[in-house]
Amino acid sequence: MERLRRTMMFVPGNNPGMMADAHIYGPDSIMLDLEDSVSMMEKDTARLLVYNALKTIDYGDTEMVVRINPLNTPYGKKDIEAVVKAGVHVVRMPKTETADEVREVEAEIEKVEREIGAEGRTRIMAAIESALGVVNAYDIAISSPRMMGIALGAEDYCANLKTQRSKEGDELRLARETIVVAARAAGIDALDTVFSNLNDMETFRREVEYIKTLGFDGKSIINPRQIEVVNEVFTPTEKDIEKAKAIVAAIKEAEKKGSGVIALNGKMIDRPVVIRAERTITLAKAAGLLTEEDI
Amino acid sequence: MNTLKERQKDIQTAAEMLGKPVYADEVTKIPAPRRELQHSSPKLVSLEEAIRMSGLKDGMTISFHHHFRGGDKVVNLVVDKLADMGYKNLHLAASSLSDVHAPLLRHIKSGVVTRISTSGLRGELAQAISEGIMEEPVIFRSHGGRGAAIANGDLHIDVAFLGASSCDALGNACGYSRSENAKSICGSLGYALPDARFADKVVILTDDLVDYPNTPNSISESDVDFVVEVDSVGDSSKIASGAIRDTKNPRDILLAQQAAKVIINSGYFRDGFSIQTGSGGASLAAVKFIREEMLRRGIKASYALGGITAHMVKLHEEGLIDRLIDVQSFDRVAAESLRDNKMHKEVSSCEYASAEEPGSAVHYLDIVILSALEADVNFNVNVLVGSDGVIRGAIGGHPDTAADSALSIIVCPLLRGRIPCVVDEVTTLITPGSTVDVIVTEYGIAVNPRRHELAERLAQAGLKVVDIKDLRDKALSIIGSPAPLSFGDKTVGVVMNRDGSVMDVIKNIID
Repeated sequence: MERLRRTMMFVPGNNPGMMADAHIYGPDSIMLDLEDSVSMMEKDTARLLVYNALKTIDYGDTEMVVRINPLNTPYGKKDIEAVVKAGVHVVRMPKTETADEVREVEAEIEKVEREIGAEGRTRIMAAIESALGVVNAYDIAISSPRMMGIALGAEDYCANLKTQRSKEGDELRLARETIVVAARAAGIDALDTVFSNLNDMETFRREVEYIKTLGFDGKSIINPRQIEVVNEVFTPTEKDIEKAKAIVAAIKEAEKKGSGVIALNGKMIDRPVVIRAERTITLAKAAGLLTEEDI
Repeated sequence: MNTLKERQKDIQTAAEMLGKPVYADEVTKIPAPRRELQHSSPKLVSLEEAIRMSGLKDGMTISFHHHFRGGDKVVNLVVDKLADMGYKNLHLAASSLSDVHAPLLRHIKSGVVTRISTSGLRGELAQAISEGIMEEPVIFRSHGGRGAAIANGDLHIDVAFLGASSCDALGNACGYSRSENAKSICGSLGYALPDARFADKVVILTDDLVDYPNTPNSISESDVDFVVEVDSVGDSSKIASGAIRDTKNPRDILLAQQAAKVIINSGYFRDGFSIQTGSGGASLAAVKFIREEMLRRGIKASYALGGITAHMVKLHEEGLIDRLIDVQSFDRVAAESLRDNKMHKEVSSCEYASAEEPGSAVHYLDIVILSALEADVNFNVNVLVGSDGVIRGAIGGHPDTAADSALSIIVCPLLRGRIPCVVDEVTTLITPGSTVDVIVTEYGIAVNPRRHELAERLAQAGLKVVDIKDLRDKALSIIGSPAPLSFGDKTVGVVMNRDGSVMDVIKNIID
């Protein structure tokens, strides 16, 4: 089944209190951070904490992601070794600009996986945080079969672009659209950047609605309080669910008849409609609005 | 026999028959304007005079209320004075004591205070008592239990010293003031009302002596013997916070959402229900979620009980809660509402939660949300003694509301830092598991096996209902087994159940 990635919650890798129970708030993915939120002085401590968190804490069904330091720092390789050994689901690369960088990380991951006999277990996602990264977005997206998604990192991207973030987000438009198109072309997920003003939930909600319209699968978040808003925006309406249920029923009906043509109310249903209906069902199930029996 | 003189002999005979004297015409009218006269009320005296005239003797019981919370100045002021006057061996019976009462330690050491009865203890005083500074154990009672004990004589009060935010010279007292000189406001004086009614002598201390009549009054002049004007009964900023403050703590919000979902799906969430919540972040946030659902379903509550908060006042003013029944106003908004809203009623702790009054409000309470320091696998709850064996809380109305409500919900994080809050056995038994229905944690909701129909309803609604033993195991798996506490042989506290029986004892803690 398709894994939902509506929310990827950032948790600093040097904060054991937050790491211990980040999953109780129900984010789809948790990203433990070894990079920007950890000072140089604490890189080793954080790596050790993250390793132990992954090994000992029962995060349930939550997808566990670790943002590593780049390979061109003294920490990158050690980070990969620790988190791959700990069984992380996804290694997140920061500031990715070229497909070669992904392949270098992939090679490191393979080395560690071979060592522990867990080949192919770890997936990769890349954060695109520069103009060069945006230009190379598609190459990055298809650089490795391990790639599960690409994400926008807006702060660094804006600095690189010689601009700053605005409420409206005009400065991010090209990057967002490019990333979604690249991800879709490569058949992987697209995740939007963080929104850091926790006191402005209205603007946050508008931004989530906007990026959903653009086609993003979800949003990076920095606080559990943001989860509910994202989930609400990504939860289909009752009308959408009813429609999707009817379409899924029509598919089953067609399968039963052995018919290749799916029809509903006398009209043929196209492939894109089927795909959209399936995603609606997945989202509705995640929101607790549908159970297996309802379909 | 048409004249008084002619009837004189018969008057004499009637007087003898009744054993009464014959009226002697010796009345002297006082012509002073009454507003001036008030200021020479015989009740209006200094603190020292009040103490002397009350007849207080060594070994007697004095009482206080805790409506001024962390801002209280009355207890320290009075006990300092009693120490100066040379009193010894007093029994201090307060409705509760907190951090601000640390100066009592001096008077415990010097033998001025040798016995304490209270609902709770905090801070330095609690630490010293936990270590065994007192010879006599502290007697802990719930609010309802204290009210009942005062009413039935188990706790006899010789002299009550009751702070009030306003009082007239005759003793009509309130927890707020309508004058321009108002210095403090605490709202309800519910915990002081049994003291005012049953104590042998009652002294009101006020920092706003107002003109008679200070009506509507909370404490009546007919219960008051002395009125003492003081500079301040309490530090306003520490008595009550000013406005609604919504928690931003994600864990509290999560717990609140879960508690609200329990309530909404419990079967008790129907038009005309009654509810009580605490003043903790999660409790307050739960009210917000409940309010949204009340609006959505178009249902209203008949009353909110207990510690009344700004959140409850808001719902009352919106028409979502018909009446507020207030034994303690938790914040300034609630205190002002008691003053201004007609359907916001003050009640004594007896009317609130006494087990001996079948008509007390808790008996008609549908839902209560409570907190806990610890809960155990038998659903017993501790709200008084920390997991380190040191007293750090108060019983409050916890066991009263849990026992008498239709649905008691304990909201409690599974872990506080490295302290597990769901354990094998609570450090001290305060609220028995037989009265606790649901425990809400961030890792799942445990329903007392007694209430299997409730567990089914919650599970059907999609809530994560878990076995309480799994919660305990979860806590242990995350933080490991804590080392056992090292208690000594001395009993430093006795926990009374609300029915007057002894529930548990607290032993001294050794470092």
